[in-house]
Amino acid sequence: MAPDTADPSPQISRAQLFLGFLKIGLLGFGGVAPVARHILVEDRKWLSEKDYAAILGIGQVLPGANVTNASIIIGERFHGPLGSLIALSGLMAMPLVILIGLAGLYDHFSGLVPVHVAIGGTAAAAAGLVIGTALKMAKRLKPSPIALAFGLAAFAGAGILRLPLIETLLVLAPLSIAAAAWEKRR
Amino acid sequence: MKAALLLQIATTFAALSLVAVGGANAVVPDIHRQVVDILGWMDNATFANLFAIAQAAPGPNVLVVSLIGWHMAGLAGLAVATIAMILPSGLLAFAAGRILNRLSGARWVTIVKAGLIPLATGLILASGVVMVRSAHQGSLTLAISAFAAIFVVACDYNPLWALSGGAIIGLAGWALGFQ
Repeated sequence: MAPDTADPSPQISRAQLFLGFLKIGLLGFGGVAPVARHILVEDRKWLSEKDYAAILGIGQVLPGANVTNASIIIGERFHGPLGSLIALSGLMAMPLVILIGLAGLYDHFSGLVPVHVAIGGTAAAAAGLVIGTALKMAKRLKPSPIALAFGLAAFAGAGILRLPLIETLLVLAPLSIAAAAWEKRR
Repeated sequence: MKAALLLQIATTFAALSLVAVGGANAVVPDIHRQVVDILGWMDNATFANLFAIAQAAPGPNVLVVSLIGWHMAGLAGLAVATIAMILPSGLLAFAAGRILNRLSGARWVTIVKAGLIPLATGLILASGVVMVRSAHQGSLTLAISAFAAIFVVACDYNPLWALSGGAIIGLAGWALGFQ
């Protein structure tokens, strides 16, 4: 029990909250979590390292992008429900504006052969990045044989057999959590 | 007509929102299955292109969903798709945040995490494979994908380098008449 250790929580205005997450969204090229850590922990000092890790961990377990979830939880901590909304809109605002800009360019120019070719190359790279990210996660995770088996089962179900995800997870998630509980028993 | 399409967008993504452990990138195979195979909203190449654009923008990995909404129904589609994907999981995060701020070190959280993270990793790997298949146009694109994957595993540079590298290699290959 350590309820109040993090509690001289800094006073943060709603505008500061919005601007902080606006910056995170704007700088979050290719993965938001490292940028978010830098800004929240080092730059603005809104959270301790441990707090941030705990919140991001919760954000990761829940469905949804981890930083999106973290923004909702952090916003709530400082300003309640409105804070969640402020942090989330801050996080999403710039990426959506940039995305609309890129999509507009795509709609206008994708008919040109060089543009089409360049996007094709980018798409191939983007796909490879996702594979690389997963392999890197697996490397860091150092999974036990059982965890590895569940990871491979999820991969095979979604990637090879192309089973519907919801049903697949409804079966795999309870089993995997039960196996983790069994592995961590003392 | 448009209202029906928006409703379809909303229900498609809201259903995926609550299973997207690891974010939208973990549910790409299912998004692809729905959007390309079942609903026939776009072909493989368009799907791969939209994904590439979403990856090139900064921000959390729900943007591919926003962009599919945009592609189908403009600004309204973008708004509906984004909200549908974020709202259900967001409400859950909000509730969890309220409860878990006190319990973040609790043993069962560690256990649930240990059980779910391998699944999320497997799902993201599956997404990568489905994406590579969608982006596949010949041996050059396959080589670019392999290159990008190795790039991420081997070093910590910003992934934007790999994306722009992919564009440049694609262009160079085309200019040299290489398929």
